[in-house]
Amino acid sequence: MSTFPILQKKMPPANFVATRNACKLCTPLGAVLAFRGVEGALPFLHGSQGCATYMRRYIISHFREPMDIAASNISEASTVFGGIETFRQGIHNVQSQYHPALIGIATTCLTETIGEDMNLLLNRLQQGDNADVLPILVPVSTPSYSGSHIDGFHGAVLSLVTSLSEDDGRTRTQVNLFPGMVSPADLRYLKEIMEDFGLPIALLPDYSETLDGPSLTEYRKIPAGGTPIASIRATGSARCSIEFGHTLRLEKTAAAYLEKTWRVPAHRLGMPIGAHETDAFFAELEQIAGCETPQKHALERGRLIDAYVDGHKYVFGKRAIVYGEEDFVIGMVAFLAEIGVIPVLAASGGESGHFAEAIAEVAPDLFGQITVHEGMDFLSMEEAARNLKADFVLGNSKGYTLSRHLQLPLVRVGFPIHDRFGGHRTLHLGYRGAQMLFDHIVNTLLEKKQDDSSIGYSYL
Amino acid sequence: MEQALQERQRQIYRKGEQPFQLDCDKQSASGSVSQRACVFCGSRVVLYPIADAIHIVHGPIGCAAYTWDIRGSLSSGPELHRLSFSTDLREMDVVMGGEKKLYAALIELIENYKPNAAFVYATCIVGIIGDDVDAICKRVNQEKGIPVLPVHSEGFKGTKKDGYTAACDAMFQLVGTAPVDDVPPISINILGDFNLAGEIWIIREYFEKMGVHVVSTITGDARVRDIQRSHGAALNLVQCSGSMSHLAKSMKERWGIPLKRVSYFGIEDMAQALYDTAEFFQDAAVKERTAALVHQELSGLLPQLDKYKNDLRGKSAAIYVGGAFKAFSLVRALRSLGMTTALVGSQTGNRDDYEQLREICDEGTIIVDDSNPLELASFLEEKNVDLFIGGVKERPIAYKLGVGFCDHNHERKEALAGFKGMLNFAREVHGTVMSPVWKLTPRQSRQKAKECAA
Repeated sequence: MSTFPILQKKMPPANFVATRNACKLCTPLGAVLAFRGVEGALPFLHGSQGCATYMRRYIISHFREPMDIAASNISEASTVFGGIETFRQGIHNVQSQYHPALIGIATTCLTETIGEDMNLLLNRLQQGDNADVLPILVPVSTPSYSGSHIDGFHGAVLSLVTSLSEDDGRTRTQVNLFPGMVSPADLRYLKEIMEDFGLPIALLPDYSETLDGPSLTEYRKIPAGGTPIASIRATGSARCSIEFGHTLRLEKTAAAYLEKTWRVPAHRLGMPIGAHETDAFFAELEQIAGCETPQKHALERGRLIDAYVDGHKYVFGKRAIVYGEEDFVIGMVAFLAEIGVIPVLAASGGESGHFAEAIAEVAPDLFGQITVHEGMDFLSMEEAARNLKADFVLGNSKGYTLSRHLQLPLVRVGFPIHDRFGGHRTLHLGYRGAQMLFDHIVNTLLEKKQDDSSIGYSYL
Repeated sequence: MEQALQERQRQIYRKGEQPFQLDCDKQSASGSVSQRACVFCGSRVVLYPIADAIHIVHGPIGCAAYTWDIRGSLSSGPELHRLSFSTDLREMDVVMGGEKKLYAALIELIENYKPNAAFVYATCIVGIIGDDVDAICKRVNQEKGIPVLPVHSEGFKGTKKDGYTAACDAMFQLVGTAPVDDVPPISINILGDFNLAGEIWIIREYFEKMGVHVVSTITGDARVRDIQRSHGAALNLVQCSGSMSHLAKSMKERWGIPLKRVSYFGIEDMAQALYDTAEFFQDAAVKERTAALVHQELSGLLPQLDKYKNDLRGKSAAIYVGGAFKAFSLVRALRSLGMTTALVGSQTGNRDDYEQLREICDEGTIIVDDSNPLELASFLEEKNVDLFIGGVKERPIAYKLGVGFCDHNHERKEALAGFKGMLNFAREVHGTVMSPVWKLTPRQSRQKAKECAA
């Protein structure tokens, strides 16, 4: 990374061995979240009981929706003798209670460390007595000592595609869209855009309804919505795939797999956050659909730029601290750069090795002004931020302590939002998302200025 | 109703419909979506509020990340407990062992944060990779001169209750290690209150007004030194008996300190706790002050409760909480608001707990051990309750079905203990049960339509 002088991996005094207030979650959390976005699917953790319970609480607190995760509830005996019986029983119990079409099975640090062989377990199950009534079983390896939640998320998407995709020889019309970890509001908006372009899609995962559903008359064991399994199968005979994420490792993604296996062309873009990155996405869509951007979206872009102009003076030269999953932060940096805000610190708990490089690409004009940290925790961030004279903080609610200590306003985006209402309805992507982010940031700065003022102008 | 898993059918009991028989203290069935957590959770939840100690989770990042600053446990002084420290083990550590990393992490954290003790939580894989956590703790203890306590909380080695025991064992190593010359004879330890939203301050004030000295509060607003001298108290008051019984029993065996089970939730239980304590000390002045205190508190509280009671009379509730002790108090607290309980259950109750619950519940009440979302949803539908009392994981089940909800778990930020807490409880129950939004929910509108048709 030495070719990118903006990268400073470690800054004194943040050189702790321990991770202090982590800016990441464990790998299986991302996997269960992705599995929740498949129609009729139930996430299942092969591990001890606490993992499922902790993740459920964490996810529920953000989405405010039921989030059932089954677990094999491994006991001490199973760690010694292997978990086959426990596992078989677990799958059987899930089946008889939930009747899922698919069970997404994520491993945990425990089962990975005792050397549980998932392929062997699944083979045994599939050759057993009740093999013909088994739901589809999709395993993903997610040891929490390797990577973070975002790796689990992408890993689950890849496993789904690896297990299910096929080339049925039909006309290649479907467009695969792998958006990464975004909000239900973002997912709904992506579907709207694709529909407006007249493009049939497989959006994977799609938890826009499973994790943001309506009030019910009867409890649903598995919430309605999610990517239809047929669409996942059809990803192998799609026209192309679009995948968001500059840091994704080529060999380890769903789009790369489909390209290699079924010759489905892969288009890799950054998360469309802000006008520039969204322009790249729409340009791609224009090419694929062979038509111009529909008027509705062109107008949205027009209004966004108009708003940028109207508000530019409020934000110019302001300094922001931004953190979260790497690709999310890269998108946010692109957006901040285009409105005149300097993201003085861009940090992530993730460690893809491509973070700084991607930031340099999306914000070339700010060369030398951004400090980029991979594998950073919140306390190190706070220590680093003390001398950065920032004006606001942009990220999930776990940065609240930092923002409070630094006496800076926090603009809440991403996951999780545990201290505000409706975080999962936050729109980040596209022209519409940029508009909302821009309004939010301008108003946050105005509010701060107004509150801090001894005069208290009511007309700004 | 939904058929429960076969291995779970003996963990559900309907009062009046069958002879009492309820299985509990069982490992959760594989594949069930239990509301329980693990051994680590049990330990973490008990030790979490000790505010002048550092808590370091030895393992991959998840266990530390999910327990960072999630509880409403307040401190009147230091706030080290609100920081999340983890050795954040990686693949190489798993292969090579995590001892060196743990040692280095402990040394730097102790040097930087100057805690009075350190708790080291062993998570699932630590037991598997064979790190000698005890040896590291001992070494750091010798080098740094503060207690460094291993907590054997590998997630899979039992249930949440085993985690309570591991936490009590770790704390017991502290007890009796500081002088107690200045502890007066009329003195207590408050065990099993975690100072959520400052609850222990409410309770402590009552005891102080009665003339009862509080030596230590374990673990709400706890300090290491108070725990070290807690053996000087004359009596242990144990709330949340599931989590703290083990420590109280150990203290009884080693130091001969008697214990009393109490609860600070609801009018009756709160008053009973104060009277029982006064009775124990057999001191006329204390008894007199206790009666005066209860009288004063109630004369302020009862008229205020009445306005809520008028609206809530006849409404019914479901309760699903972690420990059964809380369930008893809640059944009684609801009754004092004119409400009935149609379902009551817990994650970790034992036979005695459930027997006691059966005694205080009405006919037809469902009693359940270690339930799950599908069962709970079907009970809510069957019993058509107006309120569900539980934690964050139960909340969306209630809300999806158009049922009011009161959070009575560790994450809550509302004080519900003491007489003052009873008023907050009534206000919260009232605020959810009486909200007009339910009229708009499809389930309630359908119910309404059915009633009209009938």
